[in-house]
Amino acid sequence: MGPYELLSLFFQFLDSFAFLVLATVGLAIIFGMMGVINLAHGEFILVGAYATTLSFHSLADLGVPLALPIAMVVGVLVTMVFGLVLEVTVMRRLYGRLLDSMVATWAISLIMIQLLRIQFGNSIDNIAIPGGNVSFGPYTNPYYELFLVGAAIAVLIGLYWLFTRTDFGMRARATIQDKETARSMGVDTDRMYMTTFVIGSGLAGLTGALYAPMQSMSPEAGTGFLVEAFVTVVVGGTSVIVGTLLASGLLGLPKAGFEYAFNSQLIGQVAMLVVAIVAIRLMPSGITGLVESWRQSRRESND
Amino acid sequence: MSERRFSRRRALATGLSGVGVALAGCLAEEDDGNGSGNGGNGETTGTTDDDAPTVGILENRTGNLALEGTSKHQASLLAIEEINENGGVLGEEVEVFDPDPRSDNQRYTELTQEAIRDEEVDALWAAYSSAARETIRPLINQHDQLYFYTTQYEGGVCDKTTFPVGATARQQLGAVVPYLIEEYGERIYIIAADYNFGQLSGEWVNILAEEEGAEIVGEEYIPLESSSFSSTINNIQGEDPDFIMSMLVGGNHAAFYQERAANDLDIPIGSSTTMAQGYEHLRLDPPALTDMYVGVNYMQELQTDASQEFVDAFYEKFPDAEYINQEAQNNYFSVYMWKEAVERAGTFDQEAVIEELESGIEVDAPEGPIELDPATHHMTHHMRVAHADENHEITFDGEQYIEPTFLHDAGCDLTVESEQTQYEPSDVYE
Repeated sequence: MGPYELLSLFFQFLDSFAFLVLATVGLAIIFGMMGVINLAHGEFILVGAYATTLSFHSLADLGVPLALPIAMVVGVLVTMVFGLVLEVTVMRRLYGRLLDSMVATWAISLIMIQLLRIQFGNSIDNIAIPGGNVSFGPYTNPYYELFLVGAAIAVLIGLYWLFTRTDFGMRARATIQDKETARSMGVDTDRMYMTTFVIGSGLAGLTGALYAPMQSMSPEAGTGFLVEAFVTVVVGGTSVIVGTLLASGLLGLPKAGFEYAFNSQLIGQVAMLVVAIVAIRLMPSGITGLVESWRQSRRESND
Repeated sequence: MSERRFSRRRALATGLSGVGVALAGCLAEEDDGNGSGNGGNGETTGTTDDDAPTVGILENRTGNLALEGTSKHQASLLAIEEINENGGVLGEEVEVFDPDPRSDNQRYTELTQEAIRDEEVDALWAAYSSAARETIRPLINQHDQLYFYTTQYEGGVCDKTTFPVGATARQQLGAVVPYLIEEYGERIYIIAADYNFGQLSGEWVNILAEEEGAEIVGEEYIPLESSSFSSTINNIQGEDPDFIMSMLVGGNHAAFYQERAANDLDIPIGSSTTMAQGYEHLRLDPPALTDMYVGVNYMQELQTDASQEFVDAFYEKFPDAEYINQEAQNNYFSVYMWKEAVERAGTFDQEAVIEELESGIEVDAPEGPIELDPATHHMTHHMRVAHADENHEITFDGEQYIEPTFLHDAGCDLTVESEQTQYEPSDVYE
């Protein structure tokens, strides 16, 4: 394997890693904070992608400069409003009820798919992938894919800052750890839940906006995001940042490696899922659980 | 009193039957017992008269395959309307039974049953995908139903009452693979959808490459739900083939062409699946499909008189239609071919009509005059290589009149022996 092949493999790993991180964060936040699994996560992403694509085309038709970045902001905002409406009408009744929430959000997912189809048909026109590409030896890689890697890392850093360095983050973590005590200390926990759900929706919308040029826009396109996000959340566990980061790395590596070695996307997918099965067997509460118990033992030995 | 109650029950039954097809089937039978021929098919246009000749047109207008199915449905209606305006078939007006199968194979089964048992259709056009065709073919066989399958497909169906009149993989690939070997060179990279159709098409490219002395330098079969192609593109770049043969299908796989453009991958692509069915050259922004070569028997861009006449008539009837695909043309000419066979037979009796079709029949299709091959029930097609340039303008080249040879090699002769099988290339070659 020459240096170019190695670089190509590295780019493919980054590609898988960025996809897993971005597909997962929105789901992970809602799961970590509220203990509900949002099976309509893929359709949340799709709302962002559709809003981005449709507003991009109307902006571009009007000749507005920077149509794509503006359209992406629109995509995120639309998804946040969508999340807010669903939180108020459906989700807030389901917090902490894992199985009920799965059934309800699955229904939302099915309804969304059909509504998108009725409203916009079987596909809408795509956005071309912006920017050129970096070329190395016989290979090329679009700049845009590298931008996605940067975006994934920026999202993780942003969340770390939000949850550890801000007042909101402290209240949010207090709500997760002990809802009753947080309430007695004057934290409006219902509001915390609502805000967190909207942030989670916004992140899903951001993922949709960023991946809009990379995907064919059809009503089923959300499913592809959900499966990988779901697996990553289960392997990662409840901690949003550590879990998502480590699980995306752990799953992205076999995916890219096997895909490359066997020249088959299918084998890459199989390898990723096998690693997920083994990981869940060895770490039933995900990577987060492992990190927690490691921290605890270190604390004990320090005492 | 009792009469009023009865009629109220009838009204209720008729209303309810719109709720579900299975239910509609039951109620229609009950109605027949009451001496009325009309089943209450609330959602279909075909509450058909028992005696009138009826054709079944089961084409998807919603669901996953609506994009490809809609113009098939429209072209069938156009043909029937034209025929009725010109005096019908054997002097009778033809009725249409055309509920929407909604791209759902389960619904295809139900509607096919309804078409055969309740509507007693004289001929049936149904199914876009091979999966849908194979779902309903047992029913077709059970009832010896005259059936036209018009989608381009992997080939190999040898069936007494089935007429697969679309181009086969061998006809399409046989037009485009040798053309590209001649034009660009002998190193071929295959990418195809990972299911029955894609795998068999890949097999055909292998067979054709061997016949032409070309070399397959890489092969990748891609899951239908996959829409990420950066590794595939790097693998292709690593092998640097003279051209790519792509049998990708469906919405997800269209992302390949976007990534190809973003990577400036300018290796030409041959295909049997792009443009002529899902009009990607209109749906994707140029230059995503630059130097795409597709083996087709028809596209609406074809500039012959016969084609333009068809295009004009089609858009006059359906001004909002998005595209006339290859399959729509196949539905159109096969309706006329059926009419011709019925009139030659002098009856709508299906066995007699099949016998007429098998005696050899020619039809002036928009693609050009073509004929049915009696032994295999397939068409000899005018195959062309359609090329998209960097503005997605279509030009045609390398026209050949290609016979359906594969089933002859497989020993299928339906005029001699009645069969209901599907042969695969590996049954015949090697």
